Amino acid sequence: MLEGLFDPRRWEITLSSMEGFWEGFAFTLQVVIAGLALSLVLGTVLGVFSTTRSRILRGISRVYVEFFQNTPLPVQVFFYYMAGPRVLQAILGAPSPVRLSSFAIGALGVGLYHAAYISEVIRTGIEAVPRGQMEAALSQGFTRVQAYIYIILPQTFKVILPPLCNQALNLVKNTSVLALIAGGDLMYNADNFVSTYGYLQGYIMACVLYFIICFPLALLVQWLEKRSKKRPRAKTIPGITPEPAKEA
Amino acid sequence: MEIFTPANVSFIMQGFLKTIEISILAIIFSVILGTVLALVKQYCTGKLSIFKWLVSAYIELFRCTPNLLWILFIYFTVKGNDIFISVLAFTIFTSAVMAEIIRGGLNSIPKSQFEAAQSQGFGFFASMRLIILPQTFKTIIPALFSQCTTVIKDSSYLAGINVAEFMFSAKVVMGYTSDLSQVLLLYGFVFALYFVLNFGISLIVRAYQRRVVAA
Repeated sequence: MLEGLFDPRRWEITLSSMEGFWEGFAFTLQVVIAGLALSLVLGTVLGVFSTTRSRILRGISRVYVEFFQNTPLPVQVFFYYMAGPRVLQAILGAPSPVRLSSFAIGALGVGLYHAAYISEVIRTGIEAVPRGQMEAALSQGFTRVQAYIYIILPQTFKVILPPLCNQALNLVKNTSVLALIAGGDLMYNADNFVSTYGYLQGYIMACVLYFIICFPLALLVQWLEKRSKKRPRAKTIPGITPEPAKEA
Repeated sequence: MEIFTPANVSFIMQGFLKTIEISILAIIFSVILGTVLALVKQYCTGKLSIFKWLVSAYIELFRCTPNLLWILFIYFTVKGNDIFISVLAFTIFTSAVMAEIIRGGLNSIPKSQFEAAQSQGFGFFASMRLIILPQTFKTIIPALFSQCTTVIKDSSYLAGINVAEFMFSAKVVMGYTSDLSQVLLLYGFVFALYFVLNFGISLIVRAYQRRVVAA
């Protein structure tokens, strides 16, 4: 099947039917943004839960994380797709199965799945902040929630940014799971093109388009990792911090 | 209609065995290929640095594209039985991840180990095989095993190319019922089996880490 790879006519046809690819590209990006938003919010909440003193909240977070990390994303997405509408029908008492759009399934699927991973990232970030910070904040009259928002979480950023971006990268790749349920995303449209024309070029186009999204993220991860290993240096504020000693 | 008949259960369990079979083969091959890639990226310098750049490009390419893309790609281009196609697709993809894990391990080995090996007359390959790599693998065991669970989980993507692995077999059986409770029961069974397998692996890793930290 590789013989047609350098056939200029096939490339011409591929390049002239790019609308499907761009449509899928835009759809994938939308799912990524919605999924990322969901997983960040839910992941932060669950991550904070796992560091609280409440046994129940810690338990909820633990069970959630273990379930979503140890079962495959495709199985979860198949479940939302095949059983979701009828489960919703049974719960809501609707007369017919509740239709779920593939956007909803995609955003929910990758969002819930990566929330488990992001929760673990947030947890390790919070655990890296010294305990004294919380005590100091409480002694200054912050409530626990305020202390998390204003004192603890901002300090975790430096530790969690590299793994967080790595999760974003994985999330982009995992949106391709929608192709398994006819989801209209980039992978699905590319696969459609290949099965219509029988040209390998469709997969190569998909490869290029995914690479365009993911490679900048991969570079960002590398840069953040390098930066987080550097030791912080004190800021110089003119007039307040002492002048650096001049070399003799 | 009852779908948990002995025949159906044995059909699904055959799929489960296939999932395990594919995962094990894919992991073995990708560790081997990943080691080679890591060594090339780490040590091919000077005149050989062209290989280093090729390997870096390979790793970045597979790190930045979805696994499913390569499954479909291999399915479309390579002829062979389903096990061969699955293992091939997973090996080319996972070996890039493995290479980065192994390289991380190589970086954590102190330089003095190389120098000591060389001072004792070990050549490059002998010192790698006998001194450096055994230490490397010991440090990366947690990352290696968590990658194993990723392979096991991702093998369910193979349902997309009709390989009769666990998820696919369960879907086939699900096609015979429209009873919601039966479908939910079957999904519960699929989730439970994947969970037991992956959670078991992660428990082993945790026990290992605790032992290493305690020692």
